[in-house]
Amino acid sequence: MAHATMPDTNVPTEATWMQRNKLAIAPWFFLAPALVFFAIYVVGPIFESLYLSFFEWNGLYTADGESTATWVGVDNYVKLWDDPNFWTSLVNNVLWLVLFMLAVPAGLFIALFLNQEVPGMRLYKSLFFFPFVISQVVVGLIFGWFYNPDFGVVGSIYKAFYCEETVNFVGNVTFKCVGSPPDILSSPEFATYGIIAAGLWPQIAYCMILYLTGLNNVASDQIEAGRLDGAKGWKMLWYVVWPQLRPATFIAVVVTVIGALRSFDMIAIMTQGGPFGSTNVLSHYMFETAISEYGERYGYGSAIAVVLFAIMLIFISYFLWRMYQDEKGGR
Amino acid sequence: MFRTLTTAAAAIALLAPAAFARDLVISFDDLNPGPKKGFEDAVAQFKAENPDINVIVNINDREAHKTAIRNFLTADAPDVTSWYPGNRMAPFVDAGLFQPVDDVWADNGFNEDLAAIKATMSRDGKIWGVPYSYYQWGIYYRKDIFDKLGLSEPQTWDELLAACGKMKEVGVTPFTIGTKFLWTAAGVFDYINLRTNGYDVHNALTAGEIKYTDPRIVATFDNWEQLINECGFVENHASMSWQDAIAPFANGDAAMYVMGNFSVDGYKNAGLTEDQIDFMPFPVIDPAIAPAEEAPADAFFIPTNAKNVEDAKKFLAFVARPDVQTQWNKTIGQLPINSKADISDDKFIQEGFALLNSATGLAQFYDRDAPAAMAKAGMEGFQKFMLDTSTKMEVLERLDEVQTEVYK
Repeated sequence: MAHATMPDTNVPTEATWMQRNKLAIAPWFFLAPALVFFAIYVVGPIFESLYLSFFEWNGLYTADGESTATWVGVDNYVKLWDDPNFWTSLVNNVLWLVLFMLAVPAGLFIALFLNQEVPGMRLYKSLFFFPFVISQVVVGLIFGWFYNPDFGVVGSIYKAFYCEETVNFVGNVTFKCVGSPPDILSSPEFATYGIIAAGLWPQIAYCMILYLTGLNNVASDQIEAGRLDGAKGWKMLWYVVWPQLRPATFIAVVVTVIGALRSFDMIAIMTQGGPFGSTNVLSHYMFETAISEYGERYGYGSAIAVVLFAIMLIFISYFLWRMYQDEKGGR
Repeated sequence: MFRTLTTAAAAIALLAPAAFARDLVISFDDLNPGPKKGFEDAVAQFKAENPDINVIVNINDREAHKTAIRNFLTADAPDVTSWYPGNRMAPFVDAGLFQPVDDVWADNGFNEDLAAIKATMSRDGKIWGVPYSYYQWGIYYRKDIFDKLGLSEPQTWDELLAACGKMKEVGVTPFTIGTKFLWTAAGVFDYINLRTNGYDVHNALTAGEIKYTDPRIVATFDNWEQLINECGFVENHASMSWQDAIAPFANGDAAMYVMGNFSVDGYKNAGLTEDQIDFMPFPVIDPAIAPAEEAPADAFFIPTNAKNVEDAKKFLAFVARPDVQTQWNKTIGQLPINSKADISDDKFIQEGFALLNSATGLAQFYDRDAPAAMAKAGMEGFQKFMLDTSTKMEVLERLDEVQTEVYK
């Protein structure tokens, strides 16, 4: 482009390599900083984890700076296969993936509900979006208290129905209950569901905002045309609105899948993987074995990271392939 | 960023005139007001006694210190660092990151004065550090509830079970505990094990020499099961931290708490007075077993990469001196280890001192004596067992599997 507008006063000389390849080089020049950091902070660690997973290492170097790692081959993966905690974590990861998908339809329906002209709508929208804005750690804490059998909402409701206030042996007020209030976060059966429910709260808000922007772009002439043809309610949604929301749905599914696989904060805050490891997911189990106080098994932790990465790779490849197809179709 | 800062600091240090001949860098790991004051007072005294040493202290939060030490021992080692004895020091000793301090012990008579802790501070036949403080574990109980029921401190297992029966009759849950962070359950396990099998079995178990399905350990779990069934712990313990578990204790819903002495502050903050709480040793289960107690110690170590080893040893000799330990432990409300030191007149400290002095062995606590990976699996197993005692054999068999993996 620049060539064409430049006044060509000079006698044409041999163009330098730089000049000849300007167009090919320019994008790489601009990509370079991102590529360098991506390589250092993303690609490098992936291979490093893979490499480390063949070692047994407690993370220490000797006084001279030599690593204390010893090569064990695929030993760590063999151990993983026999490790019940690993399987618990894997099953929980699947649970997260499946149940987290509820955020997509839930977000859609809240978005449809909020997509109307009412005075103060902006306020309502922001209130619905609020859980996504606050930190996951805070959400985890709030739900942790919410589930607390002693002073939480769940405990209070139970107490209202099944307990009576009495005075205990030393004369302080206490509660005598029929049975005991449900202790969601310390029951191995229900704790994972409790955490997923907490995780869904901000995720639904996220999907909702994606759909709200999607709904802004729904062509009004198509809606009108549909209306003239007698479509309304579910039919309108299914045949006219929903197909136009496909890009929003795609993004919502992508962020939800990724959100489910990288769930960590909630678990770290609400249960630390407990009781006895029954709410662990792979990312938290990896943290626990490698970096936490009782871990210090970097090789084993890396092996878990590699497995988690392999699972993510399936989804990532699919999403990239889909996007590539869309790009091709769009041209 | 950190690197540039340290190099900048190093550059400045090089440029500065050598007003102080020697720098002594000390890393400490407790920012809580009491422990921090105890440490700073001791450092101030050390400075006063050694005006030619320029002491630089570096105080970090306990959890942050646990992470940081793994890097700074190699990268930028201080001359002295606080750390824990027992298996907690093992990875660093094995990697050659601490240096032995046998000469400090020999030159200062610590082999006699600190005899009780010597085994815990040793590994591979050498001594690796000098302790400055420890504290006792045992049963803290509501004295007012015991008095009202006409109970005295149970000395034996049967007396304990009988006392529990009386408490349950009047609707008091015998024990409170919060197992959310797991380690509290290990305290109960350790005590039942120490009373059932003794100190040597505790050490053999945490050293991986005997299996969890060994009949002796199964016997420990049988006793524990009896304690859960006939005494009982508060419900919902798996969702409570040790601080949360003080609430039922303070409210009078529960009467006993197997805990360390650091918890006394918690009881007082919850509104209990000195008259309402008291301390008793964990009751005897088998009279043939010599009494051993849990007494986790805190200590100082010299990294291999320390630059000023000579003054570091001077500081180590200083922290174990009787007068220093007396003052320091008065400030932090714990027990001095030096047998020549004096103790404060706090009743819990007095009782603890008597208890630990009569003990034949001092365990460091399950999660300090056992390697990290074993401790984690073990404590998860304890929690699982406490929630459902029918999982006993399943838990023990799983711990055997982990054991064969961890100790190779």
